[in-house]
Amino acid sequence: MSIEIDGVNKRFGDFVALENVNVSLPTGQLTALLGPSGGGKSTLLRIIAGLERADTGTVSIEGVDATRMSPRKRNVGFVFQHYAVFKHMTVAKNVAFGLEIRTHGGLRPPWTSRRLRDRERMQARVDELLKLVHLSQFADRLPSQLSGGQRQRMALARALAVQPKVLLLDEPFGALDAKVRKELREWLRRLHDEVPVTTVFVTHDQEEAMEVADEIVVINEGRIEQVGTPDSLYDEPANEFVMGFLGEVTRLGELRLRPHDIEVGLGPDLAGSTPVDVLRVTRVGFEVRLVAGTEEGQEVSVVTTRAHARALDLEEGRRVWLTPSNGTATVPAMKSLRVG
Amino acid sequence: MVWFSLLVLIPLAAIVATAGDGGWHGYVDTLTNSQSWAAIKLTVGQSLLVTGVNVVMGTMIAWVLVRDRFWGKRLLDLVIDIPFAMPTIVAGLVLLGLYGPDSPLGINVSNTRASVTLALAFVTLPFIVRTVQPVLTELEADVEEAAASLGAGRATILRRIVLPSIVPSIAAGAALSFARAISEYGSLVLLSGSLPFHTEAVSVRVLSFIEGGDRTSAAALATIMLGVALAVIVALDVLQRRVARRG
Repeated sequence: MSIEIDGVNKRFGDFVALENVNVSLPTGQLTALLGPSGGGKSTLLRIIAGLERADTGTVSIEGVDATRMSPRKRNVGFVFQHYAVFKHMTVAKNVAFGLEIRTHGGLRPPWTSRRLRDRERMQARVDELLKLVHLSQFADRLPSQLSGGQRQRMALARALAVQPKVLLLDEPFGALDAKVRKELREWLRRLHDEVPVTTVFVTHDQEEAMEVADEIVVINEGRIEQVGTPDSLYDEPANEFVMGFLGEVTRLGELRLRPHDIEVGLGPDLAGSTPVDVLRVTRVGFEVRLVAGTEEGQEVSVVTTRAHARALDLEEGRRVWLTPSNGTATVPAMKSLRVG
Repeated sequence: MVWFSLLVLIPLAAIVATAGDGGWHGYVDTLTNSQSWAAIKLTVGQSLLVTGVNVVMGTMIAWVLVRDRFWGKRLLDLVIDIPFAMPTIVAGLVLLGLYGPDSPLGINVSNTRASVTLALAFVTLPFIVRTVQPVLTELEADVEEAAASLGAGRATILRRIVLPSIVPSIAAGAALSFARAISEYGSLVLLSGSLPFHTEAVSVRVLSFIEGGDRTSAAALATIMLGVALAVIVALDVLQRRVARRG
């Protein structure tokens, strides 16, 4: 295990940001900390980086206790939501920053041969990183001349330059528009496959987490709700919150389940089917969304394909029978009152 | 542009033209007049000294006002502007009362060079504080955090991240502070005593030329100061660009 977090608590005044958090994040994997805003996931990331100090509990990175270590000694790369670029330095200088500090701290006189060799080595490393993030042709530009996506790639190269033991990303694509965000997360996934450094990223976008991460840690109200692979979280949510956060949920009788996990039939031929009247039909691209009412007055959402809807001739006022599909992720509805 | 010409360019041209009446002689005579030369040396020297002090102290005060929390911070923030807002002759009166012959503190600097330094420092204090403060406030915390996580210590962050960002505003403040210092009259005339060759500033010298009816010499001296002010402002700008680019 690369990062071990044990019994971490953190308060900001009266606000409890993290409450007794225990989690291990595996080496070499891409882990997402997923949860709603203000749930404590960014605080946890900042505690791992040393930018925030836990009130109690311990953090260890690669087996070294880092609880009281300053951020500069932790050897972690950190990428911020708003890029945190060094505005007055060129792209190449930004990327070289960490390397320069580590090699001589700028203190050795520039004419020594040792420093010349350092410079050549740094130059090569910077070139290599800029190539990795596809910014080679922008090396001599200032960050203000780059787009948001390019700035964030530069920030990533800067963080990777010092070969960190872990790479931490705090809502890295949060400030970008939808299209760039989608491109960048696919690119991040490929980058991670190329350079398999242990990576943890914070997001409130469940689609982003499911698409990119090997493992997801769901955090809500300062507590960890569930840890698992995207599939296991989606298929076997531990509770209503996780189920609700990872996708759409509707109610059918006493069950909570996903709208696309409901089968629509024209007769009561399946065991356990519920008769409903179709109230509304909405077409969204290739899928069809139905809202149907049961005899008890409960409203159920159902998602089905266009072809299926046409075959059944679904329209408003029609009576149909609903059945949960086999092997569906369900959570009994009465267990918890917390709304996801 | 017409507004700017009416306000700035035409009066400046008039001064240069008046000075030109005496031909090159006017300048040479003024410069070789040892009393005027002493006044120029005093004014420029003291202004540079005070600007230098302001660069350090003003930046530190701005830093403290932005980054530290302490009791009375709001009050200090308010008081900073007083030397700037006060009519300069009132400032001179205040300084005379405090550091003059009847000083309640027992410090008497009247008729010494120190009085010139003191008066200039007093009236120019707010310039750098007020130009640096907003820039420091705008500086994003995550930029410094990014540098720290890349392995930079506090001194390195200050030198390579914070300083380059605030150098332009320090230079702007320094230019204002210097310009104000070389033109200062009211605040120093009371305390310094304006002794020729010792504590007489250029502004006082120009006035005495005019009072003596020698407008050409007054204009020549004024033109020389114009040149000095221009040179210093350009030098600060060049310096600022170099530091900001270096990173």
